[in-house]
Amino acid sequence: MSEGIDAITMPKWGLAMTEGMVAEWHMSSGDRYSRGDEIADIETAKITNALEATKPGLMRRIVVEPDEMVPVGALLAVAAEESVSDEAIDAFVTEFQSNFVPPGTEESSGPVFEHATLSDGRSVRYLRQGTTGGATIVLVHGFGGDLNSWMFNQPALAEQFDVVALDLPGHGGSSKDVGAGDVAAMSQAVAEFLEAIGVRAAHFVGHSLGGACALHLALTSPARVASATLVCPAGLGPDINMEFVAGYIDARRPRQLRPVLELLFHEPGLVSRDMIDDVLKFKRLDGVPEALATIAGAAFAGGRQSHVMTEKLGGLTVPAQAIWGLSDHIVPAPDEAAEFDGLTVHRLEETGHSVHMEAPSKVNALITEFITAASG
Amino acid sequence: MAKKSMRQAINEALASEMRRDPRVVIMGEDISGGMGAPGEDDAWGGPLGVTKGLMPEFGRGRVLDTPITESAFVGAAAGAAASGLRPVAELMFVDFMGVCFDQIFNQAAKFRYMFGGKAVTPLVIRTMFGAGLRAASQHSQCLYPIFTHIPGLKVVIPSSAYEAKGLLIQAIRDDDPVIFFEHKAMYDDEAEVPDEAYTIPFGEANITREGDNVTVVAFGRMVQLANQVADKLAKDGIECTVIDPRTTSPLDEDTILEEVEATGRLVIVDEASPRCNMATDISALVAQRAFGALKAPIRMVTPPHTPVPFAGDLEDLYIPKPEQIEAAIREIAA
Repeated sequence: MSEGIDAITMPKWGLAMTEGMVAEWHMSSGDRYSRGDEIADIETAKITNALEATKPGLMRRIVVEPDEMVPVGALLAVAAEESVSDEAIDAFVTEFQSNFVPPGTEESSGPVFEHATLSDGRSVRYLRQGTTGGATIVLVHGFGGDLNSWMFNQPALAEQFDVVALDLPGHGGSSKDVGAGDVAAMSQAVAEFLEAIGVRAAHFVGHSLGGACALHLALTSPARVASATLVCPAGLGPDINMEFVAGYIDARRPRQLRPVLELLFHEPGLVSRDMIDDVLKFKRLDGVPEALATIAGAAFAGGRQSHVMTEKLGGLTVPAQAIWGLSDHIVPAPDEAAEFDGLTVHRLEETGHSVHMEAPSKVNALITEFITAASG
Repeated sequence: MAKKSMRQAINEALASEMRRDPRVVIMGEDISGGMGAPGEDDAWGGPLGVTKGLMPEFGRGRVLDTPITESAFVGAAAGAAASGLRPVAELMFVDFMGVCFDQIFNQAAKFRYMFGGKAVTPLVIRTMFGAGLRAASQHSQCLYPIFTHIPGLKVVIPSSAYEAKGLLIQAIRDDDPVIFFEHKAMYDDEAEVPDEAYTIPFGEANITREGDNVTVVAFGRMVQLANQVADKLAKDGIECTVIDPRTTSPLDEDTILEEVEATGRLVIVDEASPRCNMATDISALVAQRAFGALKAPIRMVTPPHTPVPFAGDLEDLYIPKPEQIEAAIREIAA
């Protein structure tokens, strides 16, 4: 690759993604951008989301027109400073295109999921990506989610860390037996899972119910928790939007589920038909309706969170931060005045409950900086 | 999730229910192959290999090769269902149902009613249907309208490998007789199919495309064609809703009526012969209950009223094609 020229390529969001298209360019040739600026909207079969700049640059050449389906890794645009000539960019594009080999289709047929077995025989599906020798991060999703909800985070974090994303019991490809289904039982399963794969301590990143699990483990088993990043976490107040929880459990058809899933985002347009179909397919699996009902009954009994740990924060002995979307419609962001002992709270504008999907580069940067500081 | 063929999806559904419930047995002609003969075991796995591997796992006691006597083994399956087993009988081609109509129409379909609701008949009859494989007029019919006509039967027509697995598991767990239609040209069609067991409820239509201009109702393999056409027309600004009813009995009338009320335009695509088929049935439903919402005549895309031809060119002409669906939609979309 040529000096000073950056290739902007089709990202790979989730293991199943093999191709995507630019739905809309947010900049044109000659525009200067900073890290985190939205370069384009990318549409895949599963989701439409913004491609954000990972470093500052100057847009020089748009290579792919909107609505053209291209494979993962294909050249979308070229960025370079003014000092680089147009001829050099021409040469770069020609060279890139002649060397580019689209990823094989074998990847789409068999994602490299692994399974661990807990002491009671339950199976936990997980995906491990990243750098051996790097600090280990464990990603814990929320109610109704699965490890794919980290599709915008895990690959980016894996560039520097050893990143394990798991499916909680009752979710994704894990066993559907959730036991008591409360925060303590789910946390226990996460702890046993780490034991099973030989991870003694890790940096936890937990979303929503997974955030409550991370916090619970930080308080009760601090030796396992190097740091905790709580993304729109449960466990820090009684409020929970039962319209979401009940709607998620009850919806049987796309039209019923769409408004429920839209509650997860600031920008409801992010909910695609494929995302809806995936959730409906998950809910049809044997044991899932019972698992979700058990968790909802245990963790959100009577329409309020059953496991609130705010009073115990003083006992935190590990570094912890929270990241909240200000338009969180599920677990409302605490107001500016609220203070939590030992917990730094970042509030991100124009993002909802799935802040890690809506502003991935900001969230990934917060996680990276925090973990780097905590490990230092 | 891995991509699997419809053949594999159906095999997984049978295997997972046989593991889950010892009362589930399967029976039919050559579903394993070679029973009672000194040749190779499990030589066939059914005419298209759908049941291969089940006999080695579950044994001859639960995987029964039957004589070529549909009247006998379908009757036996109905009786077994009424007395405690949950049989899945494979009737190689739906065209052969004629010889066992009494067992199905007068016996299996009526047990619950005739015994005052005290009897259940958890019987599934899997059968191949549809044109396109040059199998001529006695091996290519659709015939699901005939079964839809009979109260007491449930009638299922999966439109993909994913749908096939979930609907077949649902059928096996259902306490009423279910006729399960597998399009013979779809066994190699692939979709993402979970390894785990899952169920798709009967009587809940699947809306495979959402659009405001025209509602298209299609069945079985025709759903794939309707989806292709909808995707093509969307680029020209004609947005279609495509409904796959999944089951013709029970029929999700509410979804069809709601969608027609929203678009005011209806095209029905049915591979069955055009008289008294699902297209005429749904036309009647909409004419009776949503006439006021219609902005254009209802259009039906069906084959002609003739036996399925053997000559390849004629068979191709016979089967509804995407161009016909597109023309019907364009005609009423304006």
